[in-house]
Amino acid sequence: MAENDALFTPKLTGRDYVTPDLRAKLTGKARFAADFRAEGMLVCKLLKSPLPHARVTHLDLRAALAIPGVRAILTADELPPPADSVSDSGAVIKASPWAERALTMEPLYQGEPILAVAAIDEATANAAIEAVDIAYEALPFVIDPLDSLRPGGANARTEGNVWLPSAKPGELPQIGELKWTAAEFGAAGQNRLPLGKAADQWSYGEVEASLSQAALVLDETFVTPNVSHQALETRSALAWWENGKLHLAVGSQSTSQTVPAIAKWLNMDVNDITVISEYTGGGFGGKGTASVAAIIPALLAKKAHAPVMLRASREDEQSIGRARPSLIGRMRAGFAKDGRLLGLDMFVVMDNGPYEEQNDARTSGRITSLLYQPQAMRWRGVAVLTNTPTRGPQTAPGGLQASALLGPVLAKAARRLGLDPLAVCRINAPEGRPPVGPPKPDGSLNAATSAFVKQALDRGAATFRWQTRRSRPVPVRGSVRHGIGVATGCYVAGTVGFDGLFVITPQGRLRIHTGIGNLGTESFSDAQRVAADTLDMPWEACEIVWGNTGRHLAWSCVSGGSQTIHAMSRAALATSLDARAKLKEIAAKTLGGTPEDYVVGGQRVFRRDSGDQGLSFADAAQRAIELGGIYDGHQCPAEVNKATQAAVAALAGQGLVAVARDTFPRDGQTYSYVAAFAEVEVDIETGKYRVTDLHAEADAGIVVHPRAFAGQLAGRSMLGIGHVATQKWFYDKEHGIPMSRRFYQSRPPSILCFPEQFTWGSVGIPDPQTPIGARGIGEPPTGAACAAVLCALNDALGDDKFLRAPVMADAVLAAIEPESRQTAVGLSANV
Amino acid sequence: MAIIRDGMPPFDLFRPTSVGDALALAGRLGADAWILAGGFDSLERFKDRIKRPKAVIDLGAIDELRGVRREGSDLVIGAMTTLTEVSRHPDIRERFGLLSEAAAAVASPQIRNQGTLGGNIAQDTRCWYYRSGWTCYRAGGGTCFAGESPQGQNREHAIFGAEGCVAVNPSDTAPALVALEARLLIKNPKGGREIAAEDFFVGPDQDITRLNILAPGEMLTAIRLPATWSGATFYFEKVSDRPVWDFPLVNIAAAMRLTGDRIDQSHLVLGAVAARPWRLLEVEAAVAGRDRNDVAEAASRLAPKGAVVLPQNGYKAVLAANLIKRALLGNRDA
Repeated sequence: MAENDALFTPKLTGRDYVTPDLRAKLTGKARFAADFRAEGMLVCKLLKSPLPHARVTHLDLRAALAIPGVRAILTADELPPPADSVSDSGAVIKASPWAERALTMEPLYQGEPILAVAAIDEATANAAIEAVDIAYEALPFVIDPLDSLRPGGANARTEGNVWLPSAKPGELPQIGELKWTAAEFGAAGQNRLPLGKAADQWSYGEVEASLSQAALVLDETFVTPNVSHQALETRSALAWWENGKLHLAVGSQSTSQTVPAIAKWLNMDVNDITVISEYTGGGFGGKGTASVAAIIPALLAKKAHAPVMLRASREDEQSIGRARPSLIGRMRAGFAKDGRLLGLDMFVVMDNGPYEEQNDARTSGRITSLLYQPQAMRWRGVAVLTNTPTRGPQTAPGGLQASALLGPVLAKAARRLGLDPLAVCRINAPEGRPPVGPPKPDGSLNAATSAFVKQALDRGAATFRWQTRRSRPVPVRGSVRHGIGVATGCYVAGTVGFDGLFVITPQGRLRIHTGIGNLGTESFSDAQRVAADTLDMPWEACEIVWGNTGRHLAWSCVSGGSQTIHAMSRAALATSLDARAKLKEIAAKTLGGTPEDYVVGGQRVFRRDSGDQGLSFADAAQRAIELGGIYDGHQCPAEVNKATQAAVAALAGQGLVAVARDTFPRDGQTYSYVAAFAEVEVDIETGKYRVTDLHAEADAGIVVHPRAFAGQLAGRSMLGIGHVATQKWFYDKEHGIPMSRRFYQSRPPSILCFPEQFTWGSVGIPDPQTPIGARGIGEPPTGAACAAVLCALNDALGDDKFLRAPVMADAVLAAIEPESRQTAVGLSANV
Repeated sequence: MAIIRDGMPPFDLFRPTSVGDALALAGRLGADAWILAGGFDSLERFKDRIKRPKAVIDLGAIDELRGVRREGSDLVIGAMTTLTEVSRHPDIRERFGLLSEAAAAVASPQIRNQGTLGGNIAQDTRCWYYRSGWTCYRAGGGTCFAGESPQGQNREHAIFGAEGCVAVNPSDTAPALVALEARLLIKNPKGGREIAAEDFFVGPDQDITRLNILAPGEMLTAIRLPATWSGATFYFEKVSDRPVWDFPLVNIAAAMRLTGDRIDQSHLVLGAVAARPWRLLEVEAAVAGRDRNDVAEAASRLAPKGAVVLPQNGYKAVLAANLIKRALLGNRDA
């Protein structure tokens, strides 16, 4: 009989398995939000702004409402006012007066929803939209951030054009006006980012002194793309009300965390909201909790007294589906002879879109400070408002841009210094408990929990045969040029402090109630392998309840930022330890002795000195019900979240109820890393290129589920390749209208765009600051792969060829034949 | 009227099982009807509510429009034959490999399984202004937003033959059919006609509102490949932003009769550079009778002659030059 008294003995953890959602996905039985139906269901369509910035001056709904089958029309004046919210730690987050509000009478981008119609079918709803009598007053607009910063440039909002930091701690950031001078633009020239006034900045060390002492100083400008989310499942939600309570079937990355997000949008009590989100067809940060697509049907359902389904079209998705903001970065980087980055002066301008300030710009500075460990660094930035769709997080927000901006700078420095780019990556790679900017108020830096990036580079280089490829004669075949590149990526990979909850039933099974979202990463299930291992339970005896807050789920982290496997494996362990303690106490109460006399293993709790004396889990669960109190959930620890407390109360009496909050210590900020290696073949006569080989080597602690881990490395690498190769916005700036709105125009990579050879590996060194040792892996492959391919392209074609990503065929040809280059494009991302 | 896109309006759907029935329906329904092949072009236009037929005649149930058959030395391909079938058919591969390659380069495997040869050559332009419902010349308006607007987005637009409108024909198979001197069989309620593929396509100088001569109620029923170019030396190459599931930035279809390396005769056709497949007649004349190794560079310089590039599509002239050289030399990695 297995003896499992250690904190955690991995048996299932680290192995592939059949996840509980797989069969339903493969057979089509999985129900995504758009698959839900309800008696009397209405469908919702949006009337969206045709103009990039306007004020609605006339609105007459009579003709639309007169169409048979039209049941309700929702307008902006019917929305509840913005509400304050409370963070998980209890802090009050003040509502922003500038926040997006789902519907508006002053649309700030083409495609912003103005009103919503509920009707008996789509055709009727569409007809109603077309029957709305509406007139607009066109207002000034701006598409590119630098155009707004120019003297006399338009402001995206009447209140200003940039986000300014809060004046005092605890206050909200403000929208204000910032213009740079003509002299500042003139000094920079067309292809360098002007260095005007920043809205925010931080620094550590002596940057200018470091630059002056450097053997090589590079001054590089690069533009990263605006990239819309392209999840296959468009935003969808079915809302209905019963007895004053809202039920919402919605495609969301998170489950339990979506409830308070909806409560904030609707100014409601969380106890009046049930979220159903069993399956989500891709999120990547775009479906973090709740947004426009969930709120509108909820309000319409209330108004129409009937269930309402909003199934976003691909056109809608381009408008309300969120996008990664472009960054224009200028990096003055000073290197020592050995390639060490001595000083870095980084300035980024972010294309923020019209609403809440995005974190990408600031995060790009933080990730840069960690990933490249400059000895002195200054970061400056400004978030410029533009009349383009609302931005939101997208895989490694700010992290991808950091790699895309800095990775090629390191490779260029290597070439200039006569060094191996791998060596320059390595010498600047974080290790141990590396410092992370920005500095704290006392001037010191935070620290990461761990970094084994040098090991990842070494292992990756060996698998990729970097030195062999680098030293071989340059393959020459007609017009084909080869290039190789190496780069690193990094991102936040874990949080702490969430809850776990499960029931050991009188049948001896483990029923786990998790609030983790099922967004395709399998972390909702993978994290529970830890619980099974800790209790020495076979996986077949475990059942997971997920995706419906009406089924009493534990408070879980937002399933975003790839924090889940770290946060929720800790919570699973904490809960399992609670179960072990309760099992031992129940055994002592039943069989005599003290809890310390007992151990747990083989689905039993038994005496340490006599295996024959013990209780099966089934018997222990029955005894828990008899004992009541903490054992069967009639008492709940006060430190768990209120949502978990409510779930425990509902499950009380069903068996042995284990519940706990993760209180394991952690010293430092948790990050994961990837080293990516790429080889490209570029045809200089056609501009076409392909990634022939890509290797991604992870440093993300131990691997909980290898197949899912590999899927993340591959899929997120492809997202990064999309940013290099094809994905971007095109805008008609004269009219403020996006031209790339469909898949064939926005060009996300498909499975057939996959590199011919993709390999992966993992350093596998446990993170010392989390008991399971696992960190998230979803974020860092994106930046690493993006930068590695950019470096490979530069290796093939030479430095200073590209000013922006993605690098498409026309850009390659322009690099080869400058006379075909576009004219007067400047630093726009949207061309 | 407020605008909504991506919402299919209702229409009556007809699924005739014979060409005769389809034509009768087309005649009866007149301008209210839309003839539907694979649907990839049409359905998007319906969903965008820019084309709003009252009735749709779906040709998908007409068996006689499918398949490949021999007629003497000709091959006749039903217009509703899928692109996958065209790309894989042994007779086409053996005798007219140019068309096989072109069909295999269209979009993605899923689209080729549903998309048809007839639909691919009869499709409308993908100019993003026109497709988005802007009131341009092609849509009956008074300007070309891509070509005439100072900040127009025109990286994917025409470098040849632009008369007002700079939209291009996005077909991959159309240049191949022109190069192969294909004949197109068109039927209408009053009868039918057979025309050269080259005459099927229309530039803005002829009619700025459409890309081909099909009139309402007319149907492309078959594509005839005469033996003229059977077994010739072929070259097809497509340059696109994505390796799959993309329209061409530029493509080239070349058919050559060679004696050794001497070019006895050639048809050299570029796609996606004009509103119709763009035959390079001057280049064809210049290379006739010459050794292709000797003449490739000169042909390359000659190919972009007459191109009028826009601010963002100068690379297409470079591509035209490079693709001609590669076609003549028969080497993708020249």
